Amino acid sequence: MLEKEDERKEEGCLCASGDLLFLACAGGSNVGQISNQAAVELAKEGRGKLFCLAGIGAHIDAMILPAKERKLVAIDGCPVQCAKKILDHAGLPAALAVVVTDLGIEKSPRLEVEAADCERVVERIKEGLRG
Amino acid sequence: MGAEARMEEATMKIEVLGTGCAKCKSLAKNVEKAVAEAGVEAEVVKVESLQEIMNRGVMMTPALFIDGEAVAVGRAPSVAEIKGMLKR
Repeated sequence: MLEKEDERKEEGCLCASGDLLFLACAGGSNVGQISNQAAVELAKEGRGKLFCLAGIGAHIDAMILPAKERKLVAIDGCPVQCAKKILDHAGLPAALAVVVTDLGIEKSPRLEVEAADCERVVERIKEGLRG
Repeated sequence: MGAEARMEEATMKIEVLGTGCAKCKSLAKNVEKAVAEAGVEAEVVKVESLQEIMNRGVMMTPALFIDGEAVAVGRAPSVAEIKGMLKR
């Protein structure tokens, strides 16, 4: 059974599993890019699924419907919290909201993602999910 | 409204989106049963191409579209629930 599950993943099957979605602001700054990279890392680890925040913002039914039935994690780069606000506007409150700058990572227009910064965000989210 | 116009709007298009795993097959079966039990006239189409599924904005399967609108995504509704969706 597990082998079949792995095969499906390799083929790119979209079969819904798990109940956790990561939605990152993916904004145009270092912290925005860190938010996205953290979501990618968490999804690759199998902690949940990377989901399309833009689709939620555009009120695409095919995105809103599955999000309504799952636990949502908003990952924002800065205190403006665009990701969390987009979810709020769509009537989809985040179960956990993390802001990268709250971890002492300063916002800048550079787009480079430091692996150590990304790791801190990943750990913070894992902590939040445990708590 | 004339009889011809009524006939034109009669057929419902139901699309089952999924690449063919167990959940997708289960949804397809439920749809077939719901259509038969509800006695509605409907064209049921299976969409199995991953590319086409993703191009429709579906990131989780199985998904169910009725007349072009997403009504369930990332789960397989029961026969009873689908019958409710068929009432329009």
